[in-house]
Amino acid sequence: MGAGHGGALSARYVAGTSPVHRLAPQVKLVAVLAYALVVVATPVHAGWAPWAYAGYLLAVLTVAAVARVRPARLLRSLVVEIPFVVFALLLPFVTRGPRVEVLGLSLSESGLQTGGALLAKATLSVLAATVLATTTEPRALLRGLERLRLPAALVQILGFMIRYVDVVSGELHRMRVARESRAFDGRRRGALRVLGAAAGALFIRSYERGERVHLAMLSRGYSGRLPGGPAAAVPPREWAAGLALPLVAGVVLATGMLLG
Amino acid sequence: MCNKVEGVHVPDGFLDAPTSVATGVLAAGTVALALRKAREELDERTAPLAGLTAAFVFAVQMMNFPVGAGTSGHLIGGALTAVLVGPWTAVLCMTVVLLVQAVLFADGGLTALGTNVTLMALVAVGVGYGLFRLVVAVLPRTRTGVLVGAGVGAFASVPLSALAFVALFAAGGVADISLGAVAATMGGIHVLIGLGEAAITVAVLGAVLAARPDLVHGAAHLRDAGTLLRRPEVVASR
Repeated sequence: MGAGHGGALSARYVAGTSPVHRLAPQVKLVAVLAYALVVVATPVHAGWAPWAYAGYLLAVLTVAAVARVRPARLLRSLVVEIPFVVFALLLPFVTRGPRVEVLGLSLSESGLQTGGALLAKATLSVLAATVLATTTEPRALLRGLERLRLPAALVQILGFMIRYVDVVSGELHRMRVARESRAFDGRRRGALRVLGAAAGALFIRSYERGERVHLAMLSRGYSGRLPGGPAAAVPPREWAAGLALPLVAGVVLATGMLLG
Repeated sequence: MCNKVEGVHVPDGFLDAPTSVATGVLAAGTVALALRKAREELDERTAPLAGLTAAFVFAVQMMNFPVGAGTSGHLIGGALTAVLVGPWTAVLCMTVVLLVQAVLFADGGLTALGTNVTLMALVAVGVGYGLFRLVVAVLPRTRTGVLVGAGVGAFASVPLSALAFVALFAAGGVADISLGAVAATMGGIHVLIGLGEAAITVAVLGAVLAARPDLVHGAAHLRDAGTLLRRPEVVASR
């Protein structure tokens, strides 16, 4: 699966052979979740919190370097944060409590801290999740979620979504090409009706594709369950390697708690 | 690319741990219930049909719709999906979309997944579909009635899930902001977003009702009234 078809999902993955790429997907999922938990658990108003964030940042950037994730990719991934940057920048102005003067502006002290902490925590989690998505194929993630005992029915739905989302997005893209080659102008009156019809047609095509897929599966003996291969056990060493990230973060947190 | 700025998902660290855990438990319970109930809506075709519908929701959320006054909006889709395929299947579709966005796009924190599922799958779908049913029960049994119901449900689902977020923020927000201000700002912005959501929902649903009314879960009562023909069953003929 290449990115050439405009595939939204598979384009996130960059093939590689780094140690991070080779880790079992469930190990990486648990590691990223545990890392996010440690980051979130860091007290907002502690004086040592900025040092802890620096430690977490160093840890996740080290993993990104080992995984050979390009810095540009990490930076681009932060775009999802933009709405929250706006919110975090507003916090010093709208939070109640004692005020400090910064560059002639009266800002709330606790608002500054909270805004900074929100931004730091969201950024760190986004970085970790980006390393996960860049080093793990969507299908492998699916397998990882299955091993982590996500309900089988949900795994199947997720599987069909991941398998067909690029097909469905491709149809949407072709509809757009067809529209625009017929001089469609989105700003004109009645444009919503045209786009509504396109989205409606997309739903019908997706649903009918689902029906065809189901019939094809029935003809191949589908009985409500998808057969999966035997689960390879993950050796303890791999778990230890994978969980190094949250462990380091946990040590940073514990050090801060004890010394701070 | 999926650089949506409007369908804001709660990131990690925005709500405190007890609130995140509580919404996580609520979300898990909802999904477990939905997994059982969706079988009644779609029988054993659940997996492929819900999966393809989730792919549709994911793709359509990236479309730019002109919603009047020179502005464009994006569809969130909770109410539309509920009317199209039924509320329980819609809960599953929205959950899967949120899961993919969190794991593959870092959009919405992993530790906030329960919160996001609660807001977008439980509250948005619940409010959207509940109001849809209410309005449809009151209005005459016509296609217009279905469209009006879906529009009302879609409109209300957006500001109400925003207010649900404000309630969560009141219970476990990490910032000390005056709640009235948050509620007013969030409510105000989301009333506008809700109007866009309603316009898009009606446009899309109208198109589906015109072409394949038999696929629309929320229009089943029109079929029973004999206004619309049922889709012919596939019969194996020799």
